Amino acid sequence: MNDHRGVLVLADMQRQGLAIVAKELLGVGRKLADDLGEELSALLIGSGLQTASQEAIAYGADKVYMADSPDMADFNSDTYTAVATMLCQKMAPSVFLLGHTSLGRDISPRVAARLGASLSTDCIKLEIDPSSRRLVQTRPVYGGNAMAVLVAKAYPQMATLRPRSVSPSAPDTYRKGQVIPLEVGSMETRSKVIDRVKATVEGIKLEEAKVIVAGGAGITGAHDFQLLRELADVLGGTVGATRQPCEEGWVSPSLQIGQTGKIVSPDLYIAVAISGAPQHMAGCLGSKHIVAVNKDPQANIFRMADFSIVADYREALPALIEKCRELKSAS
Amino acid sequence: MDIIVCIKQIIDPEMPPAKFKIDTAARKVIPPEGIPLVVSPFDEQAVEAALLIKDKQNARITVMTMGHDPAREAMKRALSMGVDEGIMLSDAAFDDSDAFSTAYVLSKAMDKIGQYDLILCGRQAADWDAGQVGSVLAEYLGLPVITLAKKIEVVGGSLRVERVIPDGYEVVGLPLPAVVTVSSEIGQARLPTGRGIIMAARKPIPVWKATDIGCDPSRLGGGAARSELLSLFIPAQNRRQEVIIGADAAEAASNLAVKLKEEKVI
Repeated sequence: MNDHRGVLVLADMQRQGLAIVAKELLGVGRKLADDLGEELSALLIGSGLQTASQEAIAYGADKVYMADSPDMADFNSDTYTAVATMLCQKMAPSVFLLGHTSLGRDISPRVAARLGASLSTDCIKLEIDPSSRRLVQTRPVYGGNAMAVLVAKAYPQMATLRPRSVSPSAPDTYRKGQVIPLEVGSMETRSKVIDRVKATVEGIKLEEAKVIVAGGAGITGAHDFQLLRELADVLGGTVGATRQPCEEGWVSPSLQIGQTGKIVSPDLYIAVAISGAPQHMAGCLGSKHIVAVNKDPQANIFRMADFSIVADYREALPALIEKCRELKSAS
Repeated sequence: MDIIVCIKQIIDPEMPPAKFKIDTAARKVIPPEGIPLVVSPFDEQAVEAALLIKDKQNARITVMTMGHDPAREAMKRALSMGVDEGIMLSDAAFDDSDAFSTAYVLSKAMDKIGQYDLILCGRQAADWDAGQVGSVLAEYLGLPVITLAKKIEVVGGSLRVERVIPDGYEVVGLPLPAVVTVSSEIGQARLPTGRGIIMAARKPIPVWKATDIGCDPSRLGGGAARSELLSLFIPAQNRRQEVIIGADAAEAASNLAVKLKEEKVI
């Protein structure tokens, strides 16, 4: 049954280099490959991949397969699915990992369907069971209320990794590896991207922010987000939100943090008027410190925070801003 | 235009987290007392997406679910929102299906229906959060698929879909028939109308079993699962849970700032 060997990672790209999640994937993949005593390969799909290939080797890949073509510069579900499937059919990897990103979420079920593979998405932990040598996956379910631990029963054993659930390991520029160009040829695509509309992200990107002040359903309107911005400014951070303020149009949807929004891991996460529902907390559990301001003493957020106050944010935030300003200028 | 929407009935994801309990031996969530099951929110939004198309042009919408008798309520909900027909896929053989078996059963039901232009699903079920069924279904039916739709328009004989991407969206064109998975950015699902509820109550909902749709038993249920669930647990919270007090909100806030400074958080 198991003639599958090796670990394969599909590395997400960011401009001309590897995305952070790709580095995280390579770190995880390297450990799994070492535990199996097998090779780690990386698949890069895009255009102008030379630098990224070398990066992939530095981050642990023994082999890098490059599907490098101007046609593949932009993501297309049909072509990327076809390339990944083709390589898996050729390589028969034991484990195939992708990031739980726009790319990984999109193609992993399609590839798994074509290969008859097993698939667990949004995993926060991946390891090899030493006796069975199978992939054991831990993933949040029920909106983050629970954790499920699963073991794969079909090959390749596919999984998508939640970004920021592991730290990338340090690169080793002396590592040696093999770069193998993939002949892709022309591929049938049935869907075609006609346009891309990107919102301009002002200030610090949420995923890179060290301090985030987030507002939830308890904020009474767009205007009150000004208070959060002020607090964020004093602390050198940026503003985020749960789903409701985004849906109401009070803030840009690009500020949404949570299960179906952004995953963030700042040093300090201040949750203002946020109830603490698991679907939102899923986005910020990696924060070093969580602080909550909520007027409802029964709110779930108090269980999930390090430091909190039970208070109406409209009364609490001005005082918090002033005191923080005072303490910061004193230091 | 014929649209089929696949929905799933689940434990209410908005339930108070304090009421969430697990039977660790059985590896199952204990359905909380007094909290009704609901249509998975993204699936409800898929129904809304279908209704938005029907608002603009001639369309017939069929809702489909794989479940047992309680799932009738989910079907009725969709019907009362304005969906035309419902079909239940119910069989003990379907129990403990993973995404692949679920998609397989749905695909056999689609084959039986025969005629459809568009299949809609929610982007992920809000209980298991896997986000696989819609895309796997498209693969089994040999159809193009677009995920994370925030807007779906029918233009001539094709689709124009706005798809959510990080920090924005892309506009994608694709031919019909196709599968589209729907994200919450599509907007709030409409509430059932009084008339809708009355009509829904009268609608017969046919029930199809595995043999009615020609399923290969080896591809069904727990036996066909491609992963094995080893454990299901509620993770421990390891936060400090310290509540800072004060005579009033402003004082508490001030004390909080001092505490954060002491703890070197700010």
